[in-house]
Amino acid sequence: MNSMTTSLARLLIFPGLLFAVPAAWFFLWVERKAVARMQGRVGPPFMQPFFDFIKLLGKSTPPRNGIAGLLMKAWPLIAVSAAAGAVGLLPVLPASGGFQGDLILLLALLEVPSMCIIAAGFSSGSIFGEIGSAREAVLSVSYNVVFLLAILSVAASQHTFSLEALAQLPASPLRWLGVIAILICLPAKLHLNPFSLPNAEQEIYSGPMTEYAGPELAMWELSHGLEWVAATGLVATLAAPAVTLWWVGVLIFIAFSFAIVLLLSVVASATARLQIDTTVRFYWQCTLIFAVLAVAAALFMRLRA
Amino acid sequence: MNLWNKLMCYSRRHSPWLFHMNGGSCNGCDIELIASLSPRYDAEQLGVRLEGSPRHADILCVTGPITHNATNAIKTVYGQVCGPKAVVAIGSCPATTNVFIDSRTLEGPLDKHIPVDVFVPGCPPRPDAIILGIAKAAEILAERAGKKLPVEPVLMQLVGPGCGGACACGATKEIKTEEEVQP
Repeated sequence: MNSMTTSLARLLIFPGLLFAVPAAWFFLWVERKAVARMQGRVGPPFMQPFFDFIKLLGKSTPPRNGIAGLLMKAWPLIAVSAAAGAVGLLPVLPASGGFQGDLILLLALLEVPSMCIIAAGFSSGSIFGEIGSAREAVLSVSYNVVFLLAILSVAASQHTFSLEALAQLPASPLRWLGVIAILICLPAKLHLNPFSLPNAEQEIYSGPMTEYAGPELAMWELSHGLEWVAATGLVATLAAPAVTLWWVGVLIFIAFSFAIVLLLSVVASATARLQIDTTVRFYWQCTLIFAVLAVAAALFMRLRA
Repeated sequence: MNLWNKLMCYSRRHSPWLFHMNGGSCNGCDIELIASLSPRYDAEQLGVRLEGSPRHADILCVTGPITHNATNAIKTVYGQVCGPKAVVAIGSCPATTNVFIDSRTLEGPLDKHIPVDVFVPGCPPRPDAIILGIAKAAEILAERAGKKLPVEPVLMQLVGPGCGGACACGATKEIKTEEEVQP
């Protein structure tokens, strides 16, 4: 019963929905503001993502019929719940009841929104949506190999698949290698600029989101924000030093997440969009070697120990 | 009006997303619309975002004198914008067809085809006039949606500060004649 209550509290309050939704809006604002500052503009006001969300809730949606229409309504809801679940798994508070293997569950949940985006583009029936979905599929096949190998190297070097244990153990140099590999994958995961191929504006309208409007689009924006929180939170969990005071830990977690958002936004505004074949080549040729080396080193170290 | 409606009204006024539609424009107004999003004018401070898909937009910005080919496209795109929505006609062309008046390739002006809320005259209008027009359109949008009025547009005349001169918008920019220029 007790563990049930704590899991519910984690999912709904901290670091779950009650914390994650404002954090998602905040991160979306930081992203837009950082890009604006880099371009020499003032940028949107602080509450902008919140206003956008409320406004989208109040807009009408085009009528959707049949199974495809039903699916189009379902995808954004599945994406939001999966991203919220991923945020709820993050071990921000110490002794918050993680379990062996929750790292694998977190990775699976992080993958669900991108699956939903692929499915949403194809079920929308728009040609631009289909191109965007195809690009997202190719991109996710490319970066996920590196992403998963990096996580595997971190887990193998510390001999655990529990997030809580990973957060508590002191960081080895190998873990830093893994963290850097994850950081290289994050722009592709969050559709940021060097790899913003699936939702490439000026090219294919809005990619998989082209046919979405109103509350459904609001849900997509929210799931994108929650993905920000979950992905940066994962890196913060792996990179932040373990401390005994819980509120210091929470503050360090938030500060690390903020720094990563800032870093990714600055990189996004300083770079231009790459072509799809260049992106795939980048992940398969340059980064994959790096990730394989990290895994090999981790396994070698375990054999020696 | 309860709290939720107030919040909705406020949000609509502070988050106008645009879709830009070219109805046979010479590209002059189009680059001025883009300039209004650039660092110098920075319309994003008002929450303006240029969207790729008409489904995401609140405000449809139309430039150009509406050529024969563009009429059906404009009607389709107007239908694809989800309500509540507003239309801003940017430049003198969509308002009066400007210097192309009486051309047999034109089906303009714009309000023959779709209801227009705000006209921003000028050839091209300045970016600050465009931003003013968008802000006005966002206000109209929020009021119309908040009061549950039918989607019956209010016609609104805005005079942009100064324009290039080659138009019938009646802006008061002095153009020196040849006699004045030569000594």
